[in-house]
Amino acid sequence: MITISVDTNACNNYGQCCFEAEDIFALDDDGTLQFVPQADDSRLDELENAADACPMQAITLNR
Amino acid sequence: MSDPIIVVGAGLSALRTAESLRKNGYAGSIRVFGEEPHRPYNRPPLSKQALSEGIEAEALAFPLRASVADVEWELEAEVVACDLAAATVTTSDGRTHSMSGLVAASGIRPRRLPIPGPQTGRVLLRTIDDALHLREELASGRRLVILGSGFIGCEVAATARALGCEVDVVSLDSEPMIRPLGSDLGAGMRAHHEEHGVRFHLGRTITEFTGDARVTGALLDDGTHLEADLVLEAVGSVANTEWLEGNGLDLSNGVLTDEYLSIVDSPIPAVAVGDIARHPNALFPGEPMRIEHWNMPTEMGKRAGATLASMIAGESPTGKPFDALPSFWSDQYDVNLQSFGVPGSASSYELAEGTYDGDCIVEYHDATGLIGVIGVNRTTELMPYRKALLAREP
Repeated sequence: MITISVDTNACNNYGQCCFEAEDIFALDDDGTLQFVPQADDSRLDELENAADACPMQAITLNR
Repeated sequence: MSDPIIVVGAGLSALRTAESLRKNGYAGSIRVFGEEPHRPYNRPPLSKQALSEGIEAEALAFPLRASVADVEWELEAEVVACDLAAATVTTSDGRTHSMSGLVAASGIRPRRLPIPGPQTGRVLLRTIDDALHLREELASGRRLVILGSGFIGCEVAATARALGCEVDVVSLDSEPMIRPLGSDLGAGMRAHHEEHGVRFHLGRTITEFTGDARVTGALLDDGTHLEADLVLEAVGSVANTEWLEGNGLDLSNGVLTDEYLSIVDSPIPAVAVGDIARHPNALFPGEPMRIEHWNMPTEMGKRAGATLASMIAGESPTGKPFDALPSFWSDQYDVNLQSFGVPGSASSYELAEGTYDGDCIVEYHDATGLIGVIGVNRTTELMPYRKALLAREP
């Protein structure tokens, strides 16, 4: 499994991660980022793309 | 053992290209030359948090994945020449380095204007060292003059006001950030800045800095004299292409690439990535573009790494031509601007929602239809626009 963490102090809710893995990252009705904290190893490429896309570099992945 | 792939420049695009080379099966050596003493780090905070709160270089560094753990980083090493036919680059210490392929990732530097007067007290903002220097200089209450009203100038203006500095912005443009925002949204953003006490001198330039050893003021072309303790010059950028001269390449504005980001007319496998690359984009057919948005190095690195891995293996690039959607963000006060597409290339724009000096969405068009959208505090509402822009794919 891959553990996903987001530094919520750094996150600016730009939503760039949501484009890369829509079922893992989403902005809620208030525009605040919500995310699923664990994902299958098969999702690594998408999750790395999401972490790369974050302008604040707030997403950390651990395997 | 074969010669390494040499990467000139050690920023985000260099890192993403190296990662992509590994992902696309290139197992040979990769050697990166960078002028700064730092490995790749994230630049957007330099005009914001790094100035207001201070920041350590380490905190901005991009994590290095296992796949690029064996990349050689030659830092504080300036590449001064390149001979593509001989497949070599030369560093400023006189050493010549052989290569099997090249990644041109040398980026941009701030443009300097030849303005007479003292040099001390004039600062630029591109690197983390620039930001740390600027932070030291921006002790509360100082009088800051910013030459240029683009994104860097405007973001620093907002940060400096929050730090309690007096801020004057001098620009030849008629509104701040007019390209790409257009004059109406530019005027709306000016209103936000003016509410926060920034003074604009638009349609004006600085003809002379006054002061003896250090700048104490700036003289404008209409005779106005602004008192200043510090001047930030933020009048655009110049692509760092000098080291590529003499190879018959098109260096008219950055380095011209083909649709796979391969450098046009290079006799050896070579790609250009990041701010330096002038490239076609399948989403927006027409003139090749050089785009300095933050998301581009990551997107270009992925495409260029695949291209170069194929070429080194003696094959033609495969897969989709480069077709990433340009995107940028900017935070000024409580205003968050977010853009998708190429609004700076539009022939017309219209307000889709809200007001130009409040929260809003602005659509940008050319003869082909919608080519860009900018939202002010409208992140969620921009998503359908983003999908529409991606659907331009031929």
